[in-house]
Amino acid sequence: MESNGGDAFRILEEIETLKAAKSDIEHRIANLQVQIGGVAVEEMTDSILCPPISTNDAGFGHGLSPEMVYRYSRQLLLPSFGVKGQSNLLKSSILVVGAGGLGSPALLYLAACGVGRLGIVDHDDVELNNMHRQIIHTEAYIGQSKVKSAAAACRAINSTIDIVEHREALRTSNALEIVRKYDIVIDATDNLPSRYMISDCCVVLGKPLVSGAALGLEGQLTVYNHIGSPCYRCLFPTPPPTSACQRCSDSGVLGVVPGVIGCLQALEAIKIASAIGEPLSGRMLLFDALSARIRIVKIRGRSLHCEVCGENAAFTEQMFQDFDYEKFTQSPLTPLPLKLKLLPENVRISAKEYKERVVKGEAHVLVDVRPEHHFKIVSLPKSLNIPLSSLEGKLPEISSALKEEEKCNGPTSSPGASLYVICRRGNDSQRAVQLLHKMGFTSAQDIIGGLESWARDVDPNFPIY
Amino acid sequence: MSVGGLSTMGEQGGEVETQQANILPKASDDSLLSIKVLFFARARDLTGLTGISLEVSTGSTAHDCLNLLIAKFPRLDEIRGCMVLALNEEYTSESSLVRDKDELAIIPPISGG
Ligand SMILES: [Zn+2]
Repeated sequence: MESNGGDAFRILEEIETLKAAKSDIEHRIANLQVQIGGVAVEEMTDSILCPPISTNDAGFGHGLSPEMVYRYSRQLLLPSFGVKGQSNLLKSSILVVGAGGLGSPALLYLAACGVGRLGIVDHDDVELNNMHRQIIHTEAYIGQSKVKSAAAACRAINSTIDIVEHREALRTSNALEIVRKYDIVIDATDNLPSRYMISDCCVVLGKPLVSGAALGLEGQLTVYNHIGSPCYRCLFPTPPPTSACQRCSDSGVLGVVPGVIGCLQALEAIKIASAIGEPLSGRMLLFDALSARIRIVKIRGRSLHCEVCGENAAFTEQMFQDFDYEKFTQSPLTPLPLKLKLLPENVRISAKEYKERVVKGEAHVLVDVRPEHHFKIVSLPKSLNIPLSSLEGKLPEISSALKEEEKCNGPTSSPGASLYVICRRGNDSQRAVQLLHKMGFTSAQDIIGGLESWARDVDPNFPIY
Repeated sequence: MSVGGLSTMGEQGGEVETQQANILPKASDDSLLSIKVLFFARARDLTGLTGISLEVSTGSTAHDCLNLLIAKFPRLDEIRGCMVLALNEEYTSESSLVRDKDELAIIPPISGG
């Protein structure tokens, strides 16, 4: 009791001492303030902690406050950028669609360099498997909205700009309203229907579109719909088949590759916003990480026959809102893993049933039809890796594995060994079973939902990827 | 006939042999042009190559070259209708004539991010 009372006294005493020191410092600040012309002390301290967004003219004719001059000084020192470039940038607004691998570095640089208003659109939450490339997010935000996480990171870098959070997927129903509020759009999405939709929306509203894409070890970058450059549809009037549209979650991507493209997207957007340099319009940059090569290819100009931006095109806001981008590209705007159903129920078993059969000691062969590099990440014990692409030529391997299994189990296994097929998500295993049935392995069965369902329903410690 | 104008890397990071495509029956050397074909993105997956050198007859167009390539790599047909075609780093239409030592780039769109 007594010692607590003593502590409290000491703390109160220290508070009094600090208050006295504070009042002394405030007094000295006020005196200095008087010397330079009398700005209220409070306003001054406020503006140091959180300077106003408005470009209050400090009397130097460029509208940059002293804090802004200091913050952006290294850009102001660039003769080709200077105060003019910075003022333009501070007056501009940029919308970044997607806070993922491309959007992460783009947003960080755009916030840092002083874009006046920065909008972020995304509907997703941060996941652990994003972290290797989506560098704007931190572990603390796993499970939370990407927009919230990205906005917090941008504000932490630059509290003086306006950051607008759009926590929703961009769709034909909201795109016009959102995009209309910005000068420049950055496409940092990861799917084809969004790319067509954003391009069309930018044509309808007359906004320049800085479009980047990355997959595996390659990236692409160009500026659409800007000073005579084409739109996405001018280049690709017919969407590629869905088989040609691979995603990072299937094909993989080295984190720094979208990082490089995202940085270049920020750069192009900054150039357009500040009106400096030569934008990447009518040219496409191709980045090849493996060979360390960047190529710039001149692409076609605007197509007179383009259905959206062409001479006789009459693509209106209403038509945009009514257009079905998912149908047009035959892929969903918010991609979910594909779930095929190629086989009848009687030739499929669940991961749980398979586990029961293993426990019972059933004689069987388990063929894993994933590519070899997937198999190396993780596999079930005793599974035989025969990738789907080489299955047809390796049927003898399966035959001999089945014979071996029957021999080991002796005469008790009279009906012969069973044949099960597994893959990552249960699509390729169905294709494999169809093929096996055709080739005479009529007992082949697939494990529904693949290794993902094994991890979910049987072994929660089994790694998923 | 020069073999190995390109040293190529496969998409998996492994060395992929340089390929020389002799698709046309060999006529006199004057009537053949040798062009370099570069594959990007999905075209790399479908061919397993970053590029090949291709011999075509004089007077061939980019369209003819594409047909030869699809004959050699039938899976390329998948992206036939959706690619940027660049000749010597400039947009080209399929009707353009190719010349000796030209570089033809086949660039399908990437949609990932
Ligand atoms: Zn167009």
